[in-house]
Amino acid sequence: MSAQDDARPDPDALLASIKRQEERDRRGKLKVFLGMCPGVGKTYAMLEAAHREKADGVEVVVGVIETHGRPRTGALVNGLEVIPRRSIEHRGVRLEEMDLEAILGRRPRLVLVDELAHTNAPGSRHPKRWQDVVELLESGIDVLTTLNIQHVESRADAVQQISGVPIRETVPDSIIDIADEIELVDITAKDLRERLEEGHVYQGERAAAASENFFQEPILNALRELALRFTAERVDRQLNSLRSGQGRSAVWQSGERLMVAIDTSPFSTQLVRWTCRRASAQDAPWLAVHVASATPLTAESQSQLDQNLALARELGGSVLQAQSEDVAEALVQVALEHNATQLIIGKPRGNRLLYWLAGGSLIDRLLKLAGNINLTVVPPSDEHNHARPWLVFEPPPASSLREYAAAASMVAVISLGGLLFPPRYYLATGLIYLLGVIVLSLRLGRWPVLFAGVLSALTWNFLFIPPKFTFRITSVEDGALFVAQFVVAIVAGQLTARIRRQAQDEHNRERRATALFKLTTLLAENDSLDEALTQVQRQIDETFEAKSAILFAASPGALPGLHPAASATVEPRELSVANWAHVHRRNAGRFTDTLPGSQGFYIPLLRNDVSFGTLGVFVPKEESLTLQQRDLLDSFATQIAMAIERTHLRAASERERLLAESEKLYRTLHECVSHELRTPLAVITGSIESLAVTRDETKRAELSEEVREATKRLNRLVGNLLDQTRLESGALKPRLDWCDPRDIVNAAVKGAEDVLKPHPLEVMIADDLPPLLADFTLTEQAIGNLIVNAATHTPDGTRIYVTAGLDRDGTRAFFTVADDGPGFPPEMKERLFKKFARGDAAKAGGLGLGLSIVRGFILAQGGDIAIGESPNGGAITTLFLPYSAPTTTPHG
Amino acid sequence: MDNPDKKRILVVDDERQIRKLLRVILEGAGHAVHEAETGTVGLVEAAALQPDCVILDLGLPDMDGCVFLEKYREWSKTPVLVLSARHGEDDKVKALDLGAEDYLTKPFGAGELLARLRSVMRRNPHVAESPVVSFGDVEIDRSARTVRRGTQEVHLTSKEYALLCLLASHRGKVVTHRQILREIWGPNSEDQTHYLRVHMAHLRKKLESTPDTPRHLLTDAGVGYRLVD
Repeated sequence: MSAQDDARPDPDALLASIKRQEERDRRGKLKVFLGMCPGVGKTYAMLEAAHREKADGVEVVVGVIETHGRPRTGALVNGLEVIPRRSIEHRGVRLEEMDLEAILGRRPRLVLVDELAHTNAPGSRHPKRWQDVVELLESGIDVLTTLNIQHVESRADAVQQISGVPIRETVPDSIIDIADEIELVDITAKDLRERLEEGHVYQGERAAAASENFFQEPILNALRELALRFTAERVDRQLNSLRSGQGRSAVWQSGERLMVAIDTSPFSTQLVRWTCRRASAQDAPWLAVHVASATPLTAESQSQLDQNLALARELGGSVLQAQSEDVAEALVQVALEHNATQLIIGKPRGNRLLYWLAGGSLIDRLLKLAGNINLTVVPPSDEHNHARPWLVFEPPPASSLREYAAAASMVAVISLGGLLFPPRYYLATGLIYLLGVIVLSLRLGRWPVLFAGVLSALTWNFLFIPPKFTFRITSVEDGALFVAQFVVAIVAGQLTARIRRQAQDEHNRERRATALFKLTTLLAENDSLDEALTQVQRQIDETFEAKSAILFAASPGALPGLHPAASATVEPRELSVANWAHVHRRNAGRFTDTLPGSQGFYIPLLRNDVSFGTLGVFVPKEESLTLQQRDLLDSFATQIAMAIERTHLRAASERERLLAESEKLYRTLHECVSHELRTPLAVITGSIESLAVTRDETKRAELSEEVREATKRLNRLVGNLLDQTRLESGALKPRLDWCDPRDIVNAAVKGAEDVLKPHPLEVMIADDLPPLLADFTLTEQAIGNLIVNAATHTPDGTRIYVTAGLDRDGTRAFFTVADDGPGFPPEMKERLFKKFARGDAAKAGGLGLGLSIVRGFILAQGGDIAIGESPNGGAITTLFLPYSAPTTTPHG
Repeated sequence: MDNPDKKRILVVDDERQIRKLLRVILEGAGHAVHEAETGTVGLVEAAALQPDCVILDLGLPDMDGCVFLEKYREWSKTPVLVLSARHGEDDKVKALDLGAEDYLTKPFGAGELLARLRSVMRRNPHVAESPVVSFGDVEIDRSARTVRRGTQEVHLTSKEYALLCLLASHRGKVVTHRQILREIWGPNSEDQTHYLRVHMAHLRKKLESTPDTPRHLLTDAGVGYRLVD
């Protein structure tokens, strides 16, 4: 990368910077009153600032203020609105905490939150007060807060070294990074000691104790320097970023990228802090990497590792986990992938022999592999500098006890066998022991093999090497073979361990890949999201041996609802945690910093920074999820989010399609209706105007007839449109009553009188046709439409037939309308029942709604419709209606 | 026009054009027409004018036509002719049940309107009706309980005869199914309309020259029957 490339802003970085700026605009402003130690007057300064703001008309409330019985501070609280604290009972002790809910509900412009580093009582929403503050800021509320330099995560080590007092409560540097303003409340060490002696800080005995321990002048001076430097560094950074005119340090200028390797030792926390300090001084991003091996970690190691990783996250580093048996290779690979320029590792304390066997110490191997990546080795502080014994004997798991037994019995069998041979073959026996160790290494783990090696060497020495039954060795050959026993055992053990771990790795990777693949397939194969989610939840339950629940938004922006296939019962309290994760787009619940007391672990279903809901996973109380499992769950959540997003997109495109279709329908309707309505209207207008000027009686009669016909046509058209609307609105509810089929046909014929004029009509109704149960009006309209169709789609003079009767088996009544015309045009048959379908040969008139309405009206009554050709080629349409004879018979 | 008596007719309709049309038709037939735009005004006018007939639109802006009918029927027996739209069978039946004499579906012709109006106003409780009623070639002699078609005497069952007489006494006007069933089969038979269909079919066969396309015993779809000359 050339220097010019460096200077050119990276578009992604710029975007990130803009996004961060936007986030900051939405967020409340944070002002931190920073002090070197307690008693410098931070709270006092904050309260004064609050009064100034209030005088300016800002709505200020006190979230929490610790006066420590200092009367002057207490007096300043007066005149400010105080949100009462919430009291929490924990193991019989009443604790009072800031009421976050109440403040969020009250929504002031500005809230005072004292002692940012405070740890909340168990059962609070967040374990730390600084997390409460983050939530307040995210809801757009400005916050004033106080903080001592000793509580700043990256400085905690330094303070501990200066004062010798262990620091337990810390806040991550990232929260100080988001602070819009930091005010250093500075006071000289001398003045502070004076204030202490005057009793302004602590009262009585506590004051004396403090004065002797923490508040010694050299310590105070060192702390003051630390605080001043911290503030100065920050000001420097802000100036730099102002000068470069690019919002914030998100656009990293130095081109450096730091990477720290962490493991399961507590020393790693020191490494992480060191890297963080270094990175912020160099204005560089940094990441923490852990390379996991296949060896399962003890619960203690796992929790230390989790702590280390969590610390890195809190301090603003990215966290990565790699899986490999070769730590050096994996670290270099990750470093290259992430363009790290510096790799920071702790000074190893391992045993040289083991390193030599593993192909060199970690540092040696890194030096060999690292290329132009800078390698920084940080020595542990005294506290951590106790070397690990080179043979750590962790209690063997139950399965390996069996392996030890197997090793011991193999040695015993060889020993017994060896005793059967004459003593002069003892060297051969020694070789058989060696063979046994090698065979064992094919099946057993490293330590059992080593155990077998040691045991066989000792047994051989004791039982077979002359002088027998002593551990003495007299010849060089015996000595060489004895040593070979050990070496072979160690090497074989090491090799098997490596092979087995690689196999285990492969297996784990395979399992994860399979699980993810199965999930992706499930999501892709199921068309219905509902079914997909059901199966996905089952798969999660299986993969993690846990219970799960998915809350998802059924449509974009909707509130997430619980999917019915959830195997876990989610209580209302838990639902609110799930919702928190969804709204804040961060993991919540168990294993996290937000409401860690919850039963479930909640992962937002994120896709492109949009949350589609929450995945909740419930593992039994005594079990926990490994980081790998959590990573896998994250991948699951992303996949689910993608599936939900797909569904949303599909729904959106479906809506679009319907809209387009309805638009098309609207256009057709508009064209047809305007034509169909305007034609008769034109006839009426024209005829009426002529009527006004014509005196000729015959002509007048003709014109009146035209008007009458046009109005009838208009009336029928409006009727059809109304009918179609009724059908489509679903408001059509047939009113069945007994009807005389003759009446129905008569009414239909009468309604079509005008169009029937040029057509001879034949009505044939069986004499004995009984009344049938039907909706008179609907059936009449249906038949009427058929008659009008027959009349308008055939040449004048074509005969039209209307018949009615009962089916042979007497379960259906039928009406047919037939004609001697040309029949249905073949190209129309498919879409005959569609709206606005009109035959090409149709004479002017008709919207093409006729058959669609007929069908709708008949289906609504439980009937059916069939079209066909009469023997002489004309069209024939038959309507069927269900028929059953009345249960009571008329009398009289 | 065969209506020598000038009648006072009140038109209650919110559509100016319909009122105008009715005025032209009715004044053309020699009646005096009064208009009311709303139900409230209509009721006041009806009380003040004491009209011979009210033509009522069911869709009024201030009150439902049926409400108007209910209120009006509390103190007046003046015949009411209801105007209604095509799909309002329920409304028509309801209006008839509430005491309207007859109904007319929009759109309507002038001839039809005047004919309905005549039938509606014909009923005069003070003039005893002649026992003999005739339509087409049919003659009913109610005093002798005989029915003739041309010169032939037609034999009717008692129900058929009762049905015929009921329709004849409301000549020109619609009689609802419910009304017929209640009066002839009793109050518990109101939904047994298939009795009615069967008897009507028989009656038509006996009295109509083309029973499949009757000219006198007409069906009002979804409402009832009417006998016309």
